[in-house]
Amino acid sequence: MAQALADAAIVGPRPERLIEARRTRGFVSAHAAFWLLAPSLFLLFLFTYVPILEALMQAVSLEGFGGKFSGYGFGNFQRLFADASFWKALSNNLVYGLGTVAPSIALAVLIAVALQDATRLNAFLRTVIVFPVVLPLVAVATLFAFVLMPGVGLLDYHLAKLGISGTNWLGNPDTALYAIIGLSIWKNAGYYMLFVLAGLQGIAPELHEAAKLDGAGAFTRFLRITLPLLKPTLAFILVIAMINVVTQIDHVIVLTGGGPSDSTNILLNYIFQAAHQQGDSGRAAAATVISVAALLSLSVASLKTLERGMHYES
Amino acid sequence: MRIAFPPTSRRALPLLAVACLCGLALVWSTPLWWMLVACVRTIPYGSTQAASLVPDLHPTAEHFVDAFAQGDFARWYLNTLIVTLGILMVQLVTITLAGYAFARMEFRGRNLLFYLFLLQLTLAPPILIVPNTLMIVRLGLYDSLPGVMAPYFASAFGVFLMRQTFKTIPRDFEEAAILDGANFAQMIRLVLVPLARPGLIAFSIVSLTSHWNEFLWPLMVTDSPDKMVLTVGLTSFVRSAEQAADWGLVAAATLLVAGPLLIAFALFQRQFVNSFLFTGIK
Repeated sequence: MAQALADAAIVGPRPERLIEARRTRGFVSAHAAFWLLAPSLFLLFLFTYVPILEALMQAVSLEGFGGKFSGYGFGNFQRLFADASFWKALSNNLVYGLGTVAPSIALAVLIAVALQDATRLNAFLRTVIVFPVVLPLVAVATLFAFVLMPGVGLLDYHLAKLGISGTNWLGNPDTALYAIIGLSIWKNAGYYMLFVLAGLQGIAPELHEAAKLDGAGAFTRFLRITLPLLKPTLAFILVIAMINVVTQIDHVIVLTGGGPSDSTNILLNYIFQAAHQQGDSGRAAAATVISVAALLSLSVASLKTLERGMHYES
Repeated sequence: MRIAFPPTSRRALPLLAVACLCGLALVWSTPLWWMLVACVRTIPYGSTQAASLVPDLHPTAEHFVDAFAQGDFARWYLNTLIVTLGILMVQLVTITLAGYAFARMEFRGRNLLFYLFLLQLTLAPPILIVPNTLMIVRLGLYDSLPGVMAPYFASAFGVFLMRQTFKTIPRDFEEAAILDGANFAQMIRLVLVPLARPGLIAFSIVSLTSHWNEFLWPLMVTDSPDKMVLTVGLTSFVRSAEQAADWGLVAAATLLVAGPLLIAFALFQRQFVNSFLFTGIK
């Protein structure tokens, strides 16, 4: 790799490139490129590429008595697939994903469209919606520990005035995951709204004015102009939201630890428990491989979207 | 009816929308409002009024005194500062160098490398906690602050950000510097870095925010109390609060952890929002 980079010549036979190359050649060589990239590459190898391979190796390594290496095989995967908790975590993650991604993006679009005019009230409301974004997820969890507390908690106390009370949101396996979903929407909708607001600024006002002259109502214009033109923005938000669904578990660890009876156990929490609490690194590695594969296919499918997302500028 | 009062019906919808939005804003702000009210309010033991949203007219500092007595906040602040600033310092160097290479240089395999970098965006460190912990143990960094920092020293996202930033700077500046006798290092340090400041600031805000808020990784690779960061320390309050029902203390501790970022956000809202947008990925 190093040699290949060092040997690399300046490519591109087009005349303007040649001129450019000659102009910069004096102080920019392929060697320089290698040395500039080396620190990042070294660190990425150490903490991204090697760990991926290592998780793969660990997942297919078998342990005999006393934790000694005893060969290769799919034993870890067999144990993983035989574990009902794993399937429960997978299906929970799906429900959690569906429950957070679509509602928070829909909410983000609606709020952004409603608040896009720069009035003082709108600026204030936007700020309120964005505040949870800068809170640590752990702090959100500690606040929601009280919000969701049965009896004295913020939600129950105020719902009781409406005649609904006594719901143990986090203690009941039927409601716990939805409580976690609600927390995630509260935390993330504002973040997604920022991107929608930026996307809305890119839509020429003339389009709306022309449609208005043609007699299109606000709802029609939203469906026919705003939504189609927001498509690249929405695709980008969708990717971030899906990554968040897989990688954020701080609130689960603090609030429920995956319980009651696995009802809030999602994949990364399953991995965390297998590795950190049960000391079963083989099964944790096998589950890691599954999630890496899922995220890899997601990133390969969305490379273009991600790259485009990098061009968001205010 | 509708024909008789067209202006009213046309105005009714926006009014309804405004009402919905205000309701939403109310729901959104209530937990934070409660935190601000509860952290300076005394609630008699056994009272059911902990969820009241009416501020007490005689604020008390007792919950903060308790929080400092129960938790080692001085140590946690120091550790969090070391971790966030340490990560940022190293990142600023690595992303400036690599960003410049991707923005200005043509070499074989550039696109392939670019995509290899891009992968780190989705394969974020949290998903690799198991093998990364193994790596940290092997490097002898387990239960140390450098161990908390190390996986973040390289930032694919920062590299892209700097690549974009450098691309907006005309090459003429660099050439002028070289003609004036600057060497490569001087040219980067004295010409490019000052011109790339908007990008560097945007990245810094995102990096500081996300690492201040980080929880899972420090929890995974540290063990001893004197290596705790703020977020890890905060969780100890929840467990004790559920037993003692001391929610004022939880509100105070949460504010102590989240406060610095909330204040920074309130003061520099525009910069925060711009850098979130600039970046897209935390």
